[in-house]
Amino acid sequence: MILGSINPAVLMAALMVAATPILLAAIGELVVEKAGVLNLGVEGMMIMGACVGFIIAVNTGSPFIGFIGAALGGIALSLLFALLTQALMTNQVASGLALTLFGLGLTALLGQQYVGITPPRTPKLDLGPLSDIPFLGRALFTHDIVVYLTIALVGAVWWFLKYSRAGMILRAVGENHDAAHALGYHVKRVRVLAIMFGGACAGLGGAYLSLIRVPQWTEGMTVGAGWIALALVVFASWRPWRAMAGAYLFGGIVVLQLNLQAAGVRIPVEYLSMSPYLITILVLVIISSGKGRGLNAPGSLNKPFHASS
Amino acid sequence: MRKSLLRLEGLTKAYPGVVANDDVSFDIGEGQIHALLGENGAGKSTLVKMIYGLVKPDAGQMTLRDQPFAPAQPSDARRKGVAMVFQHFSLFDAMDVAENVALGMENPPPLRDLARRIRDVSEAYGLPLDPTRLVGELSAGERQRVEIVRCLLQDPKLLIMDEPTSVLTPQEVDILFRTLRKLSSEGTAILYISHKLEEIRALCDEATILRGGRKIATCDPREKSARELAELMVGQVLHPPERPARPMGDVVLSVDKLSLHSNNPFGTSLKDISFSLRAGEVLGIAGVAGNGQDELLLMLSGELQAPSAQVRLKGQPVGHLGPNARRKRGLVSAPEERLGHAAAPDMSLTSNALLSASERKGLASRGFIDWPATEVFARDIIARFDVRTPGPHVLARALSGGNLQKFVIGREIELDPDVIVVNQPTWGVDAAAAATIRQALLDLAGKGAGVLVISQDLDELLEIADSFAALNEGRLTPVRPARGLDVEEIGLMMGGAHDMHVAQEASA
Repeated sequence: MILGSINPAVLMAALMVAATPILLAAIGELVVEKAGVLNLGVEGMMIMGACVGFIIAVNTGSPFIGFIGAALGGIALSLLFALLTQALMTNQVASGLALTLFGLGLTALLGQQYVGITPPRTPKLDLGPLSDIPFLGRALFTHDIVVYLTIALVGAVWWFLKYSRAGMILRAVGENHDAAHALGYHVKRVRVLAIMFGGACAGLGGAYLSLIRVPQWTEGMTVGAGWIALALVVFASWRPWRAMAGAYLFGGIVVLQLNLQAAGVRIPVEYLSMSPYLITILVLVIISSGKGRGLNAPGSLNKPFHASS
Repeated sequence: MRKSLLRLEGLTKAYPGVVANDDVSFDIGEGQIHALLGENGAGKSTLVKMIYGLVKPDAGQMTLRDQPFAPAQPSDARRKGVAMVFQHFSLFDAMDVAENVALGMENPPPLRDLARRIRDVSEAYGLPLDPTRLVGELSAGERQRVEIVRCLLQDPKLLIMDEPTSVLTPQEVDILFRTLRKLSSEGTAILYISHKLEEIRALCDEATILRGGRKIATCDPREKSARELAELMVGQVLHPPERPARPMGDVVLSVDKLSLHSNNPFGTSLKDISFSLRAGEVLGIAGVAGNGQDELLLMLSGELQAPSAQVRLKGQPVGHLGPNARRKRGLVSAPEERLGHAAAPDMSLTSNALLSASERKGLASRGFIDWPATEVFARDIIARFDVRTPGPHVLARALSGGNLQKFVIGREIELDPDVIVVNQPTWGVDAAAAATIRQALLDLAGKGAGVLVISQDLDELLEIADSFAALNEGRLTPVRPARGLDVEEIGLMMGGAHDMHVAQEASA
C-alpha cells in the first residue's frame, strides 16, 4: 500500500509549516478587508517580502533581521497601494492587480544575484520535553518560532477586532464609512494603517517561504500563495480563527499532494499541483452561492470613500 | 426671555460655486425646542455640520454658554455637550446596538456596563431597546431610538435632530415628541430640523427659517399658519396639484397572493401581496422605510422575478419577465435611489435616456445606437419637465437631486406607459419640483395610465392617490379609497407604533 509510506505525524508537522505563510498573509488581508479595503496585491506584497527578507538575511546573516526587512518591504509596497487608492482614489481592484504584477517584476530584478544561494538557517524552537511526547511532540512541537507567533497573531487579531475600541472603530469604518465619518472617525487614516498591517503580514508570509519553508530564492516563488490567502479570507467569512482552520486545511492539501506525488500515486503531477487552487475556487463558489446571507462581508468593502464635507 | 445656550453670529460657509450659509445668526435658549426650517439646499445641513464640528465656518462665530465655541471635530462638540441624531448614515448594520452606541461616545464604559445603561436610559425615556440585537435587524423607528439613546447617554445640553420623523409612523412620532418634550423640560435644548410644518407648529417654541443659505426669519411657529411658514420657506406662492375627476378603466396591473424572498440580507421579504390597479387610477402605498417598499418595486419592475401568473399586466402573465420585456409591454418604473439605480451617475443624460427608452422609443436598431434621436429625446425630457441643466451632455451625478429626479421620472413618463411604478418620487426634492412631478403623475393617470406611487410621505399620498394601502413588514393591507381616510387610520394601517406598550406605560 503506497499510502502507508506517509507518516501522519510528519504530515501534520509539514502541514503547519505549509499553512504558516498563507495564514500570515490571510490574517493581514482580513484586517484590511475588515476596514473596507480590498487589496488584491497580496501576492505582490508576499513576493516582495520573500525577496527583501532573503536579501537582507543573506547580507546580515540573521534571519531575524531578514524577517523585519520583509515586513518593511511589504509595508513599502502596501503604502504604494494606499497612496493610489486612498489619496488618489483609484479603483481598488485594478490597483491591487497592478501591485501584484509590479511586485513580481520588481523582485525578479532585485533578486537576480541571489538565485541558488542558501539563506542562514532559522533555528527550531527548543521546547525541551514537549517535543518528546509521542506523535504530538513530532507533529506540534518541532517548529520554528514563526509558526507559534503566527498562531499568537491570529489570537491577537481576534481579540483586537472583538474586544478593543480601536478594533471596533476599524470594523465601523469597514461597515459603513459614511457613518464613521459622520461620527468623526478618520476613515482614511484607519484604512491606511490597516493596509500597512496587511502589507507587513504579507511580507512576513513571503519571507517565511524564502527563508524557512523552501528555503531559497527563485523568481515568482510564491506561485499563487497570495491568491489562496485572499480566497481564505472569504472562506473564513472574515473571522480570524476560521482563517486559521482554512489555512491548515489548504496547507494539508498542499502537503498531501506533495506526499502523494512522492508516494508515487499514478495521477499526473499536474493534477495534484492544481488541486489546492481548484479547491480554492470550489470553496469560493460554495460560499458565494449562499446569496450574501451569512457571508458577513464588511458593508463598505471595495467602495471608495469620498469625504463629502 | 430664556437664557441663551448657543449663539450663532454671522456664520458663513462657501463651497466652490455656491454659498451654503450666508451671515446666519440666531440664538438657541436653554431647554428650548428650536426649529430649523428650510427646503433642500437651503443650507440647514451645512449649518448643523458647523455646530457639530464636521465643517469649519469661513466666517462668523459661535458661543456656547458665553464661552467661544469652535469645535474642530465632532468629538470636541460632543465633549462640550452637543449631540446629534442623524437623518441617515450613522449606524452600522452588522454591529449590535451596544457597539453602535459606544462608537458615538467619547469615553464609553465597558460594553457590559454600557448595555445596562442603555436599558436604563431607554426605559426612562420610553424608547425600549435591546442592546444585544444587530442594528441591521431593527425597524427604522428602533434604529432612530439607537441614535437618540446614544446621544442621551452623554447628557447633552443641545441635541440636534435632523429630519427625525421622516421614517416614523404617526404614532411613533407622538412618542418621539413626548420624549423630546420631557428632555426639554429637564433643560436640554433641541435643534429640530425639518420641513414638515405641522410638526414644527406642534412641537417647537421658536423657528428659524433658511432659504438659499440666508436666514429669512426667526418666529414663533405657533403664531403662524402652516401656509405662511411654507411661503416663507419656499419664497413663492404654492399651488396644490390639480386633480380632475376621471373615469377608471379596466384593471391594467394585478398581483395575486405573491410571496417573494428579498435579495438583500437585511431586506424584507414580501408576504402574500395582492392588489389590482385600474387604468386612470393612482394607487398610493404608504409604509415606514424598510417594510418591503424596495422589494415591491423590484418585483414590479422585473428586477426580482416572480412566478409568472402571479403578476399580470393587462391580463397577461409577466412575473417571469425582466425589466426590458416588461417595459416593452408597457410597464415602466422609477426606483427610489436616483444615483446608481434609476440613473448611471457617470454617464450623460443622453446615455441615461437611452438606457430605459431604447426599446419603446426605437433608439437602437440592429445593435447600433441612434445617437441623434436619443439626444432629441433627452432634450424633450429636459424641456418638458423643466430640468435645470446646461444640456443633455451633462453627467447625471452633476445634477441636483430634484433636477435628476425630474429627469428620471420624466424619462419614464415620456415612454407613454400603461403602468408606471415609482418609489419615493419626491424624496429630497424641493417643493416646486415636487409639485411638478406630482402634477406629471396625475396628468399621466388622466391620460389613462395606471399609476402606483410608493411613498413615505403621507401628505403626498393623500394629495394624489385615489386609493390607498400600506406595507407593514412585507404585508400589504387591503386597498381602501383614499377619500375620507385620516392620518390616524393610516398610521394604524402602517402598523401603528411597534412594540410601544412599554413606551406608553413609561410616559403615562
